[in-house]
Amino acid sequence: MSKKISILIVDDEESVRESLYSWFIEDGYRVECAENAKIALSKLESQNFDIILADIKMPGMDGLEMLRRIKSLKKDSIVIVITAFATVDTAVQALKDGAFDYVTKPFDPDDLSHLIRNASKQISLAHENESLKERVVTLENVEDIIGNSEAMKKVLQKVESVSQSNSSVIITGESGTGKELIAKAIHSNSPRKYFPLVSVHCGALTESLLESELFGHEKGAFTGAMYNRKGRFEMADSGTIFLDEIATVSVKMQVELLRVLESKTFMRVGGNKEIYSDFRVICATNRNLKQMVEDGTFREDLYYRLNVVNIHVPPLRERIGDIPLLTEYFIKKYCTSMNKQIIPIDSSALKRLEEFDFPGNIRELENMIERAIVIGNGKKITLKDFPLEKNIINSSLESLDEQEKNHIYQILLKYDWNISRSAKALQVDRVTLYNKIKKYSFKSPGK
Amino acid sequence: MSLQHITLISFGYFDNDFLIRVSEKIQQQLFVKIHIKEGHLDLSDYYDPARRQYNANLLLKQIENNFAVESSKTIGLFNVDIFIPIFTYIFGQAYLRGRTGIVSIFRLSNERYGIDSDENLLLERSCKEIIHELGHCLGLIHCHTSDCVMRSGTYVEDIDQKGSKFCPKCRNEIAL
Repeated sequence: MSKKISILIVDDEESVRESLYSWFIEDGYRVECAENAKIALSKLESQNFDIILADIKMPGMDGLEMLRRIKSLKKDSIVIVITAFATVDTAVQALKDGAFDYVTKPFDPDDLSHLIRNASKQISLAHENESLKERVVTLENVEDIIGNSEAMKKVLQKVESVSQSNSSVIITGESGTGKELIAKAIHSNSPRKYFPLVSVHCGALTESLLESELFGHEKGAFTGAMYNRKGRFEMADSGTIFLDEIATVSVKMQVELLRVLESKTFMRVGGNKEIYSDFRVICATNRNLKQMVEDGTFREDLYYRLNVVNIHVPPLRERIGDIPLLTEYFIKKYCTSMNKQIIPIDSSALKRLEEFDFPGNIRELENMIERAIVIGNGKKITLKDFPLEKNIINSSLESLDEQEKNHIYQILLKYDWNISRSAKALQVDRVTLYNKIKKYSFKSPGK
Repeated sequence: MSLQHITLISFGYFDNDFLIRVSEKIQQQLFVKIHIKEGHLDLSDYYDPARRQYNANLLLKQIENNFAVESSKTIGLFNVDIFIPIFTYIFGQAYLRGRTGIVSIFRLSNERYGIDSDENLLLERSCKEIIHELGHCLGLIHCHTSDCVMRSGTYVEDIDQKGSKFCPKCRNEIAL
């Protein structure tokens, strides 16, 4: 929200004005207070306020009368009426007179945040013109996604194109490839970025816990539930819900999920009120969902509901050209967090990292770097700081042909299939390299 | 950051080990020395029988007037349910760019929501809330970044969603 939203609080009780003032100031709004309707109206004559929060019961001119006068002054003003003396009649009257909404004090902090967010949304929608909607989109908040390889560029292009839509997205890829980071990038580049990105690790929860986590529960729903608890779908209202490890969800929960995804409504456990939440869904899995559908362990209708856009994050061994950049990034990250000087990495150690196949992907590389910084001498990261030998020995058990095949493939990936550079690195001529590509039936990912 | 140290004053019964772990965790995040103190207040003066809760505005003023010192930031830690007149409850509040804040752990424990007790989660939530209020004392307002500790949290689940660290933008603002 580029422009600061301004709020005018009108209430005769000083403690209420003070409380609301500090609450909104902490939220970054521009706030002013008025102790009665007369002062409020004179402020409104000289200044513009985006939102006016007004108490109904005030000495002199009451809130309803003030609301009518504000509306005659500025038809588009957003007025939220507050009162401790709620009756249906006054609520209806306030809404008829053009109030944006009506709340009874004391209220849940969450209700107020919700109201203000909705009002802000209305204001920003009114301000947003068509040219803004069509502006050139550049990706923001992708600093944590490191990589210059063709494979990652393609992923980021896809992130850019899907972020502006509301479509469901499935992110696939091996464990440790950074699927959650991709979900964050989609969210923070979408129009929903000012609202929460709520993550749910489905694999970590049992069926009953997942139900309560996703839908929340009402006070008294079961023994010990002293307060209402919001579910993740509710928390993701206007934002995005990220369902990690979606393939682990039970068949029963798949039915529930499908229903919620289709209607966007649900009930809290123990509740009887239907709750609507406007969320976007992004899922991630390291399993082959299509295969699971064929095997009958994942519902086909849910699969098609979720799989509107698929983004595949390549494993690290298919983007070894990114290893130096990632290594540099993690060294900087951990040296900074451990309050150490940035430590350089020995070139032979970096070369060995590029040869390693990283079954645990980026997570494994990150852990290796962190460990190397912790156990190393603090001056330079060397080969002995990495526990890589096991992998090297394993690969040496392969046949000579297998080794040659793997090596050529890794070099091609490293140089993004640039034949001249790959041939130079392999110290062979281009024709030989073409012959090897043919022999091993390699296919460029771009073709 | 010009901040020299932070004083954490507990009011009511708190396990000593809990306070030490909280202070260690905050120290790791903010690189500032934390002094733990025990404060004594007759909380009945702040009790609102109609709401069966404690008035956070009055408690904050009391800490500011009688416990806070100029050279540090002071956080009062309570284990009672606190409110401000307009809201049904709050987790904490602080003077923006001031020297005082208060936090209540009353609604931070799982047991209040009918879930099994989780001491580590309670510790995590308490630290996040204390760092959040300290952020306000240092002049930070609420942040939109999803994992920034300065993200506003009105439900305990919101606190779990955010991280315990300041995002780079907030860190820069307070030059941490």
